[in-house]
Amino acid sequence: MDLMAIDIWFIVEKLALVVVVVSVSLLIAMYSTYAERKVAAYLQDRRGPNRAGPFGILQPLADGGKLFFKEEIIPLTSSKFLFILGPSLAMITALMTSAVIPWGGTLNWFDRNISLQVADINIGVLYIFGVISLGVYGIMIGGWASNNKFSLLAGIRGASQMISYELAMGLTLIALLMLTGSLKMSVIVEQQMTGPWNIVYQPLGFLIFFICALAETNRTPFDLPEAENELNFGYHQEYSSMKLGFYLFAEYIAMFISSAIMATLYFGGYDIPFVNEISLGESIGHNWVTILGGLSLLLKVAFFLFVFIWIRWTIPRFRYDQLMNLGWKKLIPLALFNMVITAVIILWLNK
Amino acid sequence: MQALTDKIKVVERKPMTLGERLYLPAIFKGMMITFGHLFKKRPTISYPEQKRYFPPVWRGLQILNRDEEGRERCTACGLCAVACPAEAITMEAAERMPGEEHLYKEEKYAAKYEINMLRCIFCGLCEEACPKDAIYLSQTFAPSNYHRKGFIYNKQDLLIPHPIEDPERYKKALGERAAAKELQAIDGEKETGNQSN
Repeated sequence: MDLMAIDIWFIVEKLALVVVVVSVSLLIAMYSTYAERKVAAYLQDRRGPNRAGPFGILQPLADGGKLFFKEEIIPLTSSKFLFILGPSLAMITALMTSAVIPWGGTLNWFDRNISLQVADINIGVLYIFGVISLGVYGIMIGGWASNNKFSLLAGIRGASQMISYELAMGLTLIALLMLTGSLKMSVIVEQQMTGPWNIVYQPLGFLIFFICALAETNRTPFDLPEAENELNFGYHQEYSSMKLGFYLFAEYIAMFISSAIMATLYFGGYDIPFVNEISLGESIGHNWVTILGGLSLLLKVAFFLFVFIWIRWTIPRFRYDQLMNLGWKKLIPLALFNMVITAVIILWLNK
Repeated sequence: MQALTDKIKVVERKPMTLGERLYLPAIFKGMMITFGHLFKKRPTISYPEQKRYFPPVWRGLQILNRDEEGRERCTACGLCAVACPAEAITMEAAERMPGEEHLYKEEKYAAKYEINMLRCIFCGLCEEACPKDAIYLSQTFAPSNYHRKGFIYNKQDLLIPHPIEDPERYKKALGERAAAKELQAIDGEKETGNQSN
């Protein structure tokens, strides 16, 4: 009888949250493509897409529609199952990370405390890492299954790049975790809500994390897997129609999610800066504070997305040996140094 | 080795300083430059809504002129075709029949008049060569077309709208330049008139 006592509403609310989070991620990824084109245009003194709807805001729909109606080509010599698995995996892994990110505090509805986090697991950071590393399979499988030399080279490049930069990323996170003492995302955010944001303690760590995030999401200056001047189109060269769309889309979702992770880990998550949430909650109500907090997180994410795009249209692509040099010879020693210094300071202060 | 010229520029190959090797200052500098471009004025003209200003001396698409009563001025003398350096103009002459006086100004007219806009270099020599003020270059350009055939403009494409039947479009087609010219011509007539008096 105890087994029957599953809280149905718990499942319903989590399912609803999953649907909301995934659709919001997709919507934001959609409009990141628009933002990308618009910001690129403005940085280059152009106007950008402005024909579809007012200010061109329907442009992503037009792009998506175009991709859907394009001819779907699967190369004869490709490995068909893997060829389809590649883009799906890229998309799934990009979306899966959103499960542990706290998108806000709690909502009080119908005497229920609804947390705006799908799963508050105690290994949240570790989970994110695991899923992000899975992302490389999307590129590798896609590159390999295409049965094309350029795609294969790009797949190998992408794999080695991601593995190299994950190391430095992990080391910076260790320094961060020494500060927080918890892998739980909600705890990390709550600590930042009362105290200062982690960026104050870990500026170098954030810088390394940010550079690694650029590399992990395959964004310029680290977009070597799709370097069109040497690899034509890289791992998605043989892809067409919506499978290509999924690959391109997965990149934007990954951008959105990694922005959210950076905002959560280093910039206070859903904390509203310079505001005491508890006293604000007494004046305007708890639910409103939660919504405002969620909006503040989205604003931080939007800022990071802008920085991602801004960097893309400023910095040229690294050469492959430069990329490896930077990853192994600069970032990993720096991250190690950061970790040791953090550890020493923590020990010294505790004495 | 002795230098052959005094324009030699010695390239410095000093090892980079720490600041330069960090790359980050240079990257921030570059990012500030691109950020500054966000607030710059855009030179783009959003074409269909916004049209670019054509200066009065602009030499654009040819127009075959009519006189005040709407009669074609062209007499098919062929001077424009001779003057044309790109050999873009071809024409066939015909004699004006009785009863066609309201259509053509002179006894001879152009039955066929074609300008190949792919050949035309818009030099304006046809306008200078014309003794009858029948052809002039307007302030527009030839719109794009999918076929080569579409760029061979015949008389119907080139003729200005009728000034009496369609005065509005006539005014528009006349353009600023021709209007100014007309004004000048009127002024000139006045002046010569004054002189004769």
